[in-house]
Amino acid sequence: MRFRVAETESEAEAAAKGGDDEFVLAGRTLPSRLLLGSGGFTSFELLARAVEASGAALVTVAMRRIDPQARGSLLDVLEGLGVAVLPNTAGCYTARDAVMTAQLAREALQSDWVKLEVIGDEHTLLPDAPELLIAAEQLVADGFIVLPYTTDDPILARRLEDVGCAAVMPLGSPIGSGMGIGNPYNIALICERAGVPVVLDAGVGTASDAALAMELGCAAVLCASAISRAEDPVAMAEAIASAVHAGRLASLAGRIPRRLYATASSPQAGMPDLG
Amino acid sequence: MIYVNGDEQPDAATVAALLERLGVGAQARGVAVALDGEVLPRSQWQLAPLAPGTRVEVLGAIQGG
Repeated sequence: MRFRVAETESEAEAAAKGGDDEFVLAGRTLPSRLLLGSGGFTSFELLARAVEASGAALVTVAMRRIDPQARGSLLDVLEGLGVAVLPNTAGCYTARDAVMTAQLAREALQSDWVKLEVIGDEHTLLPDAPELLIAAEQLVADGFIVLPYTTDDPILARRLEDVGCAAVMPLGSPIGSGMGIGNPYNIALICERAGVPVVLDAGVGTASDAALAMELGCAAVLCASAISRAEDPVAMAEAIASAVHAGRLASLAGRIPRRLYATASSPQAGMPDLG
Repeated sequence: MIYVNGDEQPDAATVAALLERLGVGAQARGVAVALDGEVLPRSQWQLAPLAPGTRVEVLGAIQGG
């Protein structure tokens, strides 16, 4: 397996010091490489505590028919936390529906950022590649900052980048499955070739999955269920944030190659004759 | 009759009037409206007439993703 190695010493050093290792996404500098999905939290209060524990500065929301009986405002909660809102197009099965949902989200939230999801079926929630690419192209042309949720296919990732997406967000495994990164080779390949940030966007089950994503070269991790549906979401938010940081440092530090046989770490020279 | 989020409702003169009736308010943050499958910009809420039979979708942000 190939892992990204640090491009320069100063990059790794800066990250280790917690200094200038900025995460820039579509021209916006984000203080955290962990993005948070707001779905699945059982209360706004729990969501707020998890956002704080995660350090995330960008939090996803979905667009649905309003419920006049709904109590409290999600947007007020997120605004109070000082985080930016990233609308998604979850639940859309066609490019047309996804484009329309993105346009409605732009109108509602006055932001041209969108997490683009076009899914193929309800059992796997896997992306529908042709529809996704069509929607991405249309939204880019319409002035959106498009962050597409995609499969772990390096060719599709490249095509999405080619049509102007600001990042690619491959899945590790299906949404909410907690199965981790099923094909780390593909994630590493995507990271190696991408000219835009790669954000691992689904499948994280626990902290080590997030660390692996970063070690493979991802620029960030987007996490929802792993945190919101954990027994203790606030503790898991902190754990995954630490894992993202650790994985980033490890990626920049440059890991040793894997070898089949041992390589002694103590010198052979200078051994005494104890015969 | 108009169709608001899938339900039959009495006519309303404009989207702004409809939103007031729904208790959302025409100044509501985080709300977007589509008429017959087309986004209606906020700037048109007071102005565009709401013809009988129109399918109105009123969306807002909820937890997700």
